[in-house]
Amino acid sequence: MSTTTQPEASSGGKQIIQLEGATVRLAGDSGDGMQLAGMQLTNTSALAGNDIATFPDFPAEIRAPKGTLAGVSGFQLHFAADDIYTPGDRLNALVAMNPAALKTNLEDLEPNGILIVNEDAFDGKSLKLAHYDENPLENGNLEERFRLIRVKMTKLTRDAVAEQGLSVKEADRCRNFFAMGLLYWLYSRSLDPTLRFIDAKFAKMPDIAEANRRALRAGYNYGETTEAFVYTYHIDPARLPAGTYNNVTGNQAMAWGMVAAAKLSNKDLFLGSYPITPASDILHELSRYKNYGVRTFQAEDEIAAIGSAIGAAFGGAMATTTSSGPGICLKSEAMGLAMILELPLLIINIQRGGPSTGLPTKTEQADLLQVMYGRNGESPLPVVAARSPADCFDVVQEAWRIATRFMVPVIVLSDGYIANGSEPWRIPNTSELKKIPIEHPGPLDNGDVFKPYLRNERLARPWALPGTPGLMHRIGGLEKQDVTGNVSYDPLNHQHMVNTRAQKVANIADDIPLQEVAGPEQGDLLVLSWGGTYGACTTATQRCRAEGISVAHAHLRYLNPFPRNLEKILRSYKKVLVPELNLGQLQMMIRSKFLIDAQGLNKVQGKPFSVIEVMEKIRKLTA
Amino acid sequence: MATELPVLTSQDFASDQDVRWCPGCGDYSILAQMKKIMPSLGVPPEKIVFVSGIGCSSRFPYYMNTYGIHGIHGRAPAIATGLKIARPDLHVWVITGDGDALSIGGNHLMHAIRRNVDLNIVMFNNRIYGLTKGQYSPTSPLGKITKSTPMGSVDFPLHPLSIAIGCEATFVARSVDVHIQHLGETLRRAAEHRGTSFVEVYQNCNVFNDGAWEYAADKKMRDDNILELEHGKPLIFGKGRNKGIRLNGTTPEIVELGSGIKEDDLLFHDEKAEEPTHAYLLSRMRHPQFPEPIGVFRAVQRPTYENELNRQVDAAREKRGEGDLAALFQIGDTWTVE
Ligand SMILES: Cc1ncc(C[n+]2csc(CCOP(=O)(O)OP(=O)(O)O)c2C)c(N)n1
Ligand code: SF4
Ligand SMILES: [Mg+2]
Repeated sequence: MSTTTQPEASSGGKQIIQLEGATVRLAGDSGDGMQLAGMQLTNTSALAGNDIATFPDFPAEIRAPKGTLAGVSGFQLHFAADDIYTPGDRLNALVAMNPAALKTNLEDLEPNGILIVNEDAFDGKSLKLAHYDENPLENGNLEERFRLIRVKMTKLTRDAVAEQGLSVKEADRCRNFFAMGLLYWLYSRSLDPTLRFIDAKFAKMPDIAEANRRALRAGYNYGETTEAFVYTYHIDPARLPAGTYNNVTGNQAMAWGMVAAAKLSNKDLFLGSYPITPASDILHELSRYKNYGVRTFQAEDEIAAIGSAIGAAFGGAMATTTSSGPGICLKSEAMGLAMILELPLLIINIQRGGPSTGLPTKTEQADLLQVMYGRNGESPLPVVAARSPADCFDVVQEAWRIATRFMVPVIVLSDGYIANGSEPWRIPNTSELKKIPIEHPGPLDNGDVFKPYLRNERLARPWALPGTPGLMHRIGGLEKQDVTGNVSYDPLNHQHMVNTRAQKVANIADDIPLQEVAGPEQGDLLVLSWGGTYGACTTATQRCRAEGISVAHAHLRYLNPFPRNLEKILRSYKKVLVPELNLGQLQMMIRSKFLIDAQGLNKVQGKPFSVIEVMEKIRKLTA
Repeated sequence: MATELPVLTSQDFASDQDVRWCPGCGDYSILAQMKKIMPSLGVPPEKIVFVSGIGCSSRFPYYMNTYGIHGIHGRAPAIATGLKIARPDLHVWVITGDGDALSIGGNHLMHAIRRNVDLNIVMFNNRIYGLTKGQYSPTSPLGKITKSTPMGSVDFPLHPLSIAIGCEATFVARSVDVHIQHLGETLRRAAEHRGTSFVEVYQNCNVFNDGAWEYAADKKMRDDNILELEHGKPLIFGKGRNKGIRLNGTTPEIVELGSGIKEDDLLFHDEKAEEPTHAYLLSRMRHPQFPEPIGVFRAVQRPTYENELNRQVDAAREKRGEGDLAALFQIGDTWTVE
């Protein structure tokens, strides 16, 4: 949401309007470089000190047929002078690079919003590909509803780069920089960060670099000189806590958190992974950090990926595996093995739209029951979930702390929305980061037989490493006798072991913080959320409270086990609402565990909740 | 560090667990030979890990007084790969069966071999699924009647060593459970090889597939049916060592020595041949048309996966210094809020 103040000054004949924030979306063909443009605008806004939240949204096909509706790729950015939690519901400005982009994105633009279109792209063929019977720019409709700004972007870009002697195709590839330049002018941003980016990125291609620089400046200058724009906008730096910030995506923060957890526990990081959207970027990121002792292994499939992680865990590494839903299916047998072996291991699931291949590039939260219950036998595993891009950094360290304290594989949930979205992250001082102490038993030389399943007060067994004299032991997927670890088919022992493994996971509740609640301690409604819906639920509950509604918000990081005080919290409100991007999975867990009639707000459209959707449901339940 | 290594015996490598294979099973013999060669390798038990999948054969790790993981069906090569990457100092063995390695685990076997991870993979080939009580396996002959193929199997078997060679194996060997000396020596060679060693052991499942390897195991028959490979030596076999293998064009043929044919006319074994053609040809020699070669088919040197990976880690550290978290967090453009 953006509150406007009156125009206060003028620049180049244009008036400057001070905004609290703005939501902007760049939309174009998959080949138009919209993701790059969006990232640049994000970075520039972050460097300008704004709080930011982003939502990249792109098709599963790398290059869907040019100009088609299926091929539209978008990047949404919300930047503000205030704390923000979501990439914004309604667009204040939309840049549409072609008719297909206009068609698929227009409905999100607010009435009287800024609509910038590349009119050169509205030719007969493109209109047909977008299923337009007539040119929407010509019938006056758009002008009535929006502040339409038609820019001959293709021509202007070609003119701007004419001296570089590029092919038409290469010249047209600079259009995203023209669009960026225009937005930078519109929102009073500096060109410097993007100019620096161009220098670095195209260092080996001076002609392309120069063309992009020129296109960027041409876009900026166009804004300044054209009559089309009456206002330009300014957004003050956000009032973020003092510190040095970096703009991180969820996958990047996850990767950095993994490296940090390894350092803090004095371990080398091992990642076994098989590429899958939207998890691959963690593999890419980590494969660059070999000087941190990180070893990445691109396995032949997800089974081998987790298999290798189990081997590395046995060897004493900080072992991890990353994937998304379809890969987690393949891993499930090995997850059961890791569970019965009682080895520490992180299984990181960046959820995407399912079932099966589903919506590979879209977001969803529909794997919760899969990771909770999707294994044979009684196989409970701890589950934690990140709530935002920067939160991945903390969550993955917490997961590793749990894994090593309890000798158990831990599942970390993120999703496509968190993974690809970005936000400012205050860089912690390394001294602020909590050490993760790990002990391994030392050599045994008195002839005693080592007891690999002798447990401590938390019920965790020792993590004995190969290479240690006297501790030779065998572990396996067969049921084992407690204490000795020897294979055992004894009925009572099996009951004991199943109970013990479950109790061990339940004991984690004593080792994690109590659940916090925002808002009244009791009242009409509690919104209970988890994962990537954090931003929408936070903003929606804040606004509803401002409207006088008695609503509180609890956002779960720990999904198994739940925090100890959760039941008490749930019983302090007349109603409980669980908004989820699935058909009611946490809702089912809450109902079955506490016999509480939790209500659901459910959506599976490959898109995050808008704040309005959550607010409407809250109003309805509290009316 | 200890100055004097204690002298170990095969008993030092036996765990305290009762061995639970059927009496008469060929697995006993392989276990015995493994324990027997262990002291000669000069590696203390704590530095050795046996990793296995699922099957009768895969119970093996429980019986060794070393570290061990009894994994899940077919996945031992993957588990062992991760272990070896994380701990190149360990000596890692993979014990697997014909079903474990070639059915459910075919993919992992293929990739472990092509990566040349320094593992010793020993595949107990009994041409049957033992643990699940007698279904046919990928190495069961065509027409094999089993519980799941009452009218005979209609799928073609594969040749494990041909597969391994096709996967660019650097070490490929074969032995027979009852030829204990040969078996021990073959396991020792496998242990000494740097890179993936793949060893097929003909193993008798006397309960579900008794006598599957009789032609190769039986004292009276074996001399005519198997051929012991020796590097640099001609391919000679037969009770009287009077028969040999000669190349006719690119096809092997059996010839009688004497009557104008000399040893020099025969095919000479070269386990170090860079091109795997020779080893592949040997792997295709099957009973009853040919004597089946046993011993080391191929032993060549290639960098191991874990070595190359760890070299990159060292190189990255050398070039950029030991990774520092504070520096990591500064990657990209940062800004400061006062
Ligand atoms: C995922 C899975 N599928 C099936 C099985 C059942 N199973 C156990 S062992 C086995 C075949 C073993 O055959 P092989 O590898 O030849 O070993 P052997 O028992 O002959 O030594 C099968 C099918 C299993 N344990 N796990
Ligand atoms: S079933 Fe066959 S392979 Fe398995 S233990 Fe018995 S004899 Fe050995
Ligand atoms: Mg078998």
